Amino acid sequence: MSESSRVGPRMSAATKARPADRIFRLLSTSAAVSIMVILAGVALFLIVRSLPAILANWQTTPELSTGPTGGFASFFSYVGPLAFGTVWASVIALLMATPVAVGIALFISHYSPRKLAGFLGYIVDLLAAVPSVVFGLWGILVMRPFLLPMQVWLNEYLGWIPLFSGKVTSTGSSILTGAVVLAVMVLPIITSISREIFLQTPKLHEEAALALGSTRWEMIRLTVFPYARSGVVSAILLGLGRALGETMAVAMIISPAILVSFKLTTEGENSQTIASNIALNFPIASGLQRDALIGTGLVLFVISLAVNMLARLILNAKPGGRKLWVRPRTEPRAKAIAIAAAEAGAETAIDTSQRSPAGRS
Amino acid sequence: MSKSVNIKDLNVYYSDFMAVQDVTMDIAPRSVTAFIGPSGCGKSTLLRTLNRMHEVIPGAHVQGQVLVDGDDLYGAGVDPVTVRRQIGMVFQRPNPFPTMSIKENVLAGVRLNNKRIPRATAEALVEKSLQGANLWNEVKDRLDKPGQGLSGGQQQRLCIARAIAVEPEVLLMDEPCSALDPISTLAVEDLINELKDSYTVVIVTHNMQQAARVSDKTAFFNIAGTGKPGRLIEYSDTTTIFNNPVQQATEDYVSGRFG
Ligand SMILES: Nc1ncnc2c1ncn2[C@@H]1O[C@H](COP(=O)(O)OP(=O)(O)OP(=O)(O)O)[C@@H](O)[C@H]1O
Ligand SMILES: [Mg+2]
Repeated sequence: MSESSRVGPRMSAATKARPADRIFRLLSTSAAVSIMVILAGVALFLIVRSLPAILANWQTTPELSTGPTGGFASFFSYVGPLAFGTVWASVIALLMATPVAVGIALFISHYSPRKLAGFLGYIVDLLAAVPSVVFGLWGILVMRPFLLPMQVWLNEYLGWIPLFSGKVTSTGSSILTGAVVLAVMVLPIITSISREIFLQTPKLHEEAALALGSTRWEMIRLTVFPYARSGVVSAILLGLGRALGETMAVAMIISPAILVSFKLTTEGENSQTIASNIALNFPIASGLQRDALIGTGLVLFVISLAVNMLARLILNAKPGGRKLWVRPRTEPRAKAIAIAAAEAGAETAIDTSQRSPAGRS
Repeated sequence: MSKSVNIKDLNVYYSDFMAVQDVTMDIAPRSVTAFIGPSGCGKSTLLRTLNRMHEVIPGAHVQGQVLVDGDDLYGAGVDPVTVRRQIGMVFQRPNPFPTMSIKENVLAGVRLNNKRIPRATAEALVEKSLQGANLWNEVKDRLDKPGQGLSGGQQQRLCIARAIAVEPEVLLMDEPCSALDPISTLAVEDLINELKDSYTVVIVTHNMQQAARVSDKTAFFNIAGTGKPGRLIEYSDTTTIFNNPVQQATEDYVSGRFG
């Protein structure tokens, strides 16, 4: 007690700004500002550089009516199929990646033994560190031949479904192969965010479910999913953000054209994506053509930004997606207070921190 | 519905650490038994072994037997999920499911057993359980509102309603009133008095008056020192424990001369 009263005045003296504080504040503020400046700079660059191509009449401008941009009435009829291809490839990839990623996350958080969980988490994080060129090579050399028989089968027996119709690929360079590789690439981000959120489910509620006689799976349905729903949705959107901007893997695998096609197993008529179109054509493009490509980059920038902002918005909303979650959220704070008090040597606080349910089944 | 509980030579462990040593006690059906003792002596730990919630913690295990009407809970082939459906539990902190309405909270356990219950049956059960938990009058007009919108005391009674909705054989309560105000506490105590007509109730409490008020028998646990296991010191009628206990330690504890 006497000690704390001695601490009091000293602490209030510390509230006067010290040079170190001021310098650090300056540094961190300017870092934050520079991020915004960079972002605005990129946006400005994209707009200024692409405007000539966006505003130009594509049929009467010789430069635009030939080469990589040839054959399109306007910028919008050029970028439309590309934007479609970008979203289409990403959505297929997400449809495949999401169930697997959520399954892995759930296995790590609630099923596997602790040691295995740590190891698996590490593997998944490693997957995120693999360069996309390597994924592209893997896609070309391994996944294309591997998936080819399946695609032939799909085309032959399920060809009456429009998705699998058309002339089947002979090399495997279909959008399906590209999407599988994309799925593997977005898997880590969805898995690791979902896992974190699953792990944050309050023990209190998990135990409530178990004590009612839930099986593990029922407990997960009753407590983990409702708690994690919005977090998983935003994890998926962040995965989408990554898939949208992915260049190399798609560029290396699919055999594209600039058109709108829903067919999954064809080659030569797959919808091209914006990123891979830029990567492939930028070196051979000139002048206004480059501006057109930059314009497609602007569209990709806007799409990615929108997806990422939506993801953040959902993630920052309260877990469970409802205001009701205000109460459980105070829990970490209570824990932090208990720990702080324990460090101050209060025995009762140590006891409560021990009693807060630890570990998991 | 109500069953006896016989604990035989029970040792309880967290990995290598023995938290409770050598407990043997018989709990009669349709009675209220209170566990009292200083913090850390293993009351919660022992309570959680009675519905196999203990083993939810990694590394936690037991030695010995817990017989419910003669059947060993820890016998080979006994499914902990089945055990927990028959032995209900109320926790220290109220924990209604936050995304569910009051009604759905009450029905949560029943829905696990039986997915499709007719609407009328469900409604009757909700009313009966909430009546049983002395909560009906306070919430009957807002059954579809979230359970988290209730006060702490109401939430705790909602948790009790949820636990009794599945008509368990035994009801375990770990300091059910420690987060409640005196009036809510009184409501829960009244409720416990009524519950013992149909259930075997075991309650952990730090409140001597509460133990004296609600329980038929009281078990006093103590611990020799930190890191040592908790032991059952004395188990007897509540009046004996509070008025003329056999052990000196019990007398010191119940009279507040402890430590
Ligand atoms: N999850 C756990 N892992 C390891 N040890 C634990 C765990 N929970 C409790 N213990 C230990 O077991 C012993 C008994 O704890 P328990 O929570 O049963 O005590 P209690 O009598 O309920 O105390 P209180 O009155 O404070 O609730 C203590 O030494 C505690 O540190
Ligand atoms: Mg306890």
